[in-house]
Amino acid sequence: MGEVIVVTSGKGGVGKTTTSANLGTGLAALGQKVVLVDTDIGLRNLDVVMGLENRIVYDLIDVTSGNCKLKQSLIKDKRFANLYLLPAAQTKDKSAIDPEQMLKLCQELKKEFDYTIIDCPAGIEQGFRNAIAGADCAIVVTTPEVSAVRDADRIIGLLEAAELYNPKLIINRIKPVMVKRGDMMDISDILDILAIDLLGVVPDDESIVISTNKGEPAVMNKASKAGEAYRRMTDRIRGEEVPLMNLDIPDSFFEKFKKLIGMR
Amino acid sequence: MLEFISRMLGKENATSKNVAKERLRLVLVHDRASISPYMLNKLKEDLIKVISNYMEIDESTLEVNLSQDDKEVALVANIPVLKMKRDFANK
Repeated sequence: MGEVIVVTSGKGGVGKTTTSANLGTGLAALGQKVVLVDTDIGLRNLDVVMGLENRIVYDLIDVTSGNCKLKQSLIKDKRFANLYLLPAAQTKDKSAIDPEQMLKLCQELKKEFDYTIIDCPAGIEQGFRNAIAGADCAIVVTTPEVSAVRDADRIIGLLEAAELYNPKLIINRIKPVMVKRGDMMDISDILDILAIDLLGVVPDDESIVISTNKGEPAVMNKASKAGEAYRRMTDRIRGEEVPLMNLDIPDSFFEKFKKLIGMR
Repeated sequence: MLEFISRMLGKENATSKNVAKERLRLVLVHDRASISPYMLNKLKEDLIKVISNYMEIDESTLEVNLSQDDKEVALVANIPVLKMKRDFANK
């Protein structure tokens, strides 16, 4: 039996889809059989992030409404034969599927795949309830901003209410220069507030934009810092103990001087 | 400019990160206790009504807030008393 992981955040635009694509691709690169499920019905995007938008024939709603078999709807990835995508429907809305149907679907996928990764839509309404219905565990994505952390806190509460305990946190788009300057909350600030386990930290990285432009997840790019962060996370999901990436910036001469004379 | 100087001196409080943390802390106390500013105001009005039966209080400086440490939320009220009502004490 495989594991169903939902990637959620509450707030939109913090990187759920990018995270789903990278973790899924990263796990596939480690030899795991993975399916990515886009549950953002009406606003699907996981297909373009994966570069598979031209191959879609059937979608999630076609499966749940019986228009096609589950196997027919799964799109095989370009790079890995053990990686599949189940795209969201673009012309329907969130009410086209209910949590019970989602649960049944997840139970089917679990039999076949080591990891089923569910990309959750933003918000806390039906789309969210659908996405978490069949999940065994949750990953909460946030950025070091007041609004995103607040929404993450709300989502953690809602996950617990739905009996999805011990969600794991990903802090996305950390800017080490701003953290050092004291203009951005750091990892420990956010962990203090949210009080959940950390899965990983992703530095703000231009290579994510480039990889999304191309439809190739950054996790495959050895030169990408964000890709490195995702590779460490997939290792952690596989149960390995991997240290956090070092995001510290070395002290400048002036800062060393300040420390020396005890001003800091 | 003042901010710049205090930053040079490494004063922590001048950073926007601490502003963010403090704002988050406050907003989460309300979120987690699921109490809205409207509800808090109603509570304040009711408190004033009840307490005024027994004593005269200074409504302008009265403070009612939810405070939180680690895992507990407490309702903290600071109510300056101006006068006790004698007639009630004698009953």
